[in-house]
Amino acid sequence: MNIIVLLIAISLTIAILFLGSFLWSMRSGQFDDTYGPSVRMLFDDKKVKQDPQKDIDQRQPDSQS
Amino acid sequence: MSNTVAEESPVSKITEQAACYHCGQDCKEDNLLKDGKNFCCYGCQTVYDILSENDLCEYYSYDAKPGASLKNLAVSDFSYLDEKSVRDKLLIFQSDTFCKVEFYVPAIHCISCLWLLENLQRLQKGVIRSQVNFARKRVTIEFNPAVVSLSAIAASMTSVGYAPLVNLEEKTTKKETHPLIAKLSVAGFAFGNVMLLSFPEYLGLDGTEQQLQQLFSYLNIALSIPVLLYSSQDYFKNTWTSIQQKQINIDVPIAVGLAALFFRSTYDVLFHVGPGYFDSFSGLVFFLLIGRWFQDKTYESLAFDRDYKSYFPLAIQKQVGEDWKPVVVYELAPGDVIRVRNMEVVPTDAKLISDQAYIDYSFVTGESKPVKVHEGDLVYAGGRLIGEPVILQVEKKTSQSHLTSLWNNAVFQKPKESRYRKIIDQAAKGFTWFVLAFSIVSGVYWYYADPSKMWLILTSVLIVACPCALALAAPFTYGNMLRVFGRHGFYLKNADVIERMAGIDALVFDKTGTITQGAATVIFTGHLSQHEFSCVKSLAASSTHPLSELIVKHISGHAQWPVKNLIERAGKGIEGEVACLPIKIGSVNFVGANTLEDQTSSHVFVSINGEVKGHFTISTALRSGIKDTLTQMSGVPVAMLSGDNESDRDRMQTVFADNATLRFHQTPQDKMTFIQDWKEEGKQVMMLGDGLNDAGALKQSDVGIAVSDNTGVFTPACDGIIQGSELRRLNLYLRLARASTVILKIAFGISFFYNIISLGFAVTGYLTPLVAAILMPVSSISVVGFSSIAVGLVSRSILKKSS
Repeated sequence: MNIIVLLIAISLTIAILFLGSFLWSMRSGQFDDTYGPSVRMLFDDKKVKQDPQKDIDQRQPDSQS
Repeated sequence: MSNTVAEESPVSKITEQAACYHCGQDCKEDNLLKDGKNFCCYGCQTVYDILSENDLCEYYSYDAKPGASLKNLAVSDFSYLDEKSVRDKLLIFQSDTFCKVEFYVPAIHCISCLWLLENLQRLQKGVIRSQVNFARKRVTIEFNPAVVSLSAIAASMTSVGYAPLVNLEEKTTKKETHPLIAKLSVAGFAFGNVMLLSFPEYLGLDGTEQQLQQLFSYLNIALSIPVLLYSSQDYFKNTWTSIQQKQINIDVPIAVGLAALFFRSTYDVLFHVGPGYFDSFSGLVFFLLIGRWFQDKTYESLAFDRDYKSYFPLAIQKQVGEDWKPVVVYELAPGDVIRVRNMEVVPTDAKLISDQAYIDYSFVTGESKPVKVHEGDLVYAGGRLIGEPVILQVEKKTSQSHLTSLWNNAVFQKPKESRYRKIIDQAAKGFTWFVLAFSIVSGVYWYYADPSKMWLILTSVLIVACPCALALAAPFTYGNMLRVFGRHGFYLKNADVIERMAGIDALVFDKTGTITQGAATVIFTGHLSQHEFSCVKSLAASSTHPLSELIVKHISGHAQWPVKNLIERAGKGIEGEVACLPIKIGSVNFVGANTLEDQTSSHVFVSINGEVKGHFTISTALRSGIKDTLTQMSGVPVAMLSGDNESDRDRMQTVFADNATLRFHQTPQDKMTFIQDWKEEGKQVMMLGDGLNDAGALKQSDVGIAVSDNTGVFTPACDGIIQGSELRRLNLYLRLARASTVILKIAFGISFFYNIISLGFAVTGYLTPLVAAILMPVSSISVVGFSSIAVGLVSRSILKKSS
């Protein structure tokens, strides 16, 4: 019967990990906007001349607090 | 030729011109053609031009007609955004080459909006990146302040129809739903696992597996502790505050039940009495939280928190030395000299320094005709300037002025909830006392019959008495009803409003914009050729008088002729030479006609070459179907309060029943007093109105509903917003509100029925964990199911009659 104890321990650990990751993803704002990302991925990237601004963009610190 | 614009006739929509390529509105006023596409106004066409210049026309491919109409776009000046004090407040992050700002853009509504705003860098040089939060209608913009200023960004957003709404006092608060979802997820997690660990017990474990049973029980305790301490903490907090206030609400019996469940179960496990009721406990919390989440979800899409400050100008031109400098209105001090331009709102009481000015006080008094003010006269806050820019001297600080004092009136602050006792709390109060008495009686009985069972019975009674189903009945009944209303253009602030609506027995209407349509009808009587019409339009277009604007809107084609020798005579009319034709438009005397003006509508006469050609009749149309609605309401006292003059009395008399009270010349204060008087007579008053001038009355009434032809544009503090076109169904909505309180009471009945069954189990000592685990979810599900289905059926049967 010890195997059941082991299985329960494993399943509970995994469940707690999932709960924890859900809480983390919620706190980090991944559920703030549930509509935007779903359509954003459908936008076509237009071939624009590479903008010099783009480089600045990537070097900027992320100031999200 | 008689040229009539039937604003609301559906026929005109089908037969007339195509819809605007940009905003999708009918192109009935100016039909502009560009690149083979129709545009309803120059605003829309300009946006199209800007977008096509910048190669951003994909905007139109994501959603058809995505733009917002720009016809009524107010002139806005964003230069104040570059003031240091304002900048510091708005910017989230700033350095020499990188700044970040978050704007609230109410116009965001579709994929195209999202796409355009996220491609802002292609429109405005210096913008590094922008990201839209669609749910909150906010856009975060990162830009290089060395290249572009904050005001330039705001201006270029405005130029394409996405004007940011800047509110300096607002603190960016995160949505409060998040802790609730966290609590819900913890409860759901515990519920699932506890259920799994309790199953072996229900299915039967034999003696050799005693150790496993012990292990499972201890795990259950461990899993339930976070549910008690974290997920259900609101119920305990609410209970504590309600005990302090000596009031009993629904949370009290819930908290008592939850506590009894948890401690009884822990006792059972620790002293090897049984497996405990942990599955019922965590399930109960889970269901209760789902109910609360559902309730929150229903309201979040509507923002009711805008107040009059949203309509105030944020900044104003102030004289500093020889220069004019934009300052934030809250920084104005008495004695400051300010300049107000056409269509701007005067932010504070001020004395006129210029010779004269026309001020439209419709925000304050409801009177829509502009008032003439002379030099030295006091101009009150909230007045909107029509015409030439004027210079004013500030008399009072913004916070003390006329409009603010109206809004700061003590009645506004009084919470309505204190006066009104919610049905749910009334039920909870009786229920709680009954349960306490019942548990004591049964405890006393068992003390004499079998003392060893006394605590078992006492806690069992408290457990089953936990009114979970009762607590779910209200959010689901009202929540579903709110959705039904929302689908039909009637948006309520929260569920309490439905309850108050059910008790309404008196109705008060505003006139302009409520009984009458906001948009006016213009009819021309007389003879003018097509060419002459367009000349008249060109002349009228050069004036900002409200009547000229209506005429401009009425005549199709566009104002293409230059106007020479323009003379505008205030209060009389305008004259000028258009395409070599001397034209005069204005009042009877000005034009030289000899007809009698009648009182009910305004006339504008036209003469060309000194010959009177005819006149425009401008009147506001009654809202379609309003008369039928009012006839159906004849059973209850009805009143109409208008800020306008009595010229419309005859027409209103025909619309309203004979016993209705009709009052004219009402100031906002009068309207408030009127409603207060009715309330003191014991009536439950519902007020319907639009405009800021009704805000006091809306707030004063039991249910204040703002009538809006364009939801989202104007929402004074109110309990709900109704779309103008849906006003004809008001009677049905009131019936639905009454029906939903009946449904709620039946749901309470079902809940009590289950409670009595389980009390039967409890007092006889047969409430095993298995019985509890079955009874509790069954009662909750049947209450939720009943109320959802009943609301669906009732709303369908009532609303079907109208369509």
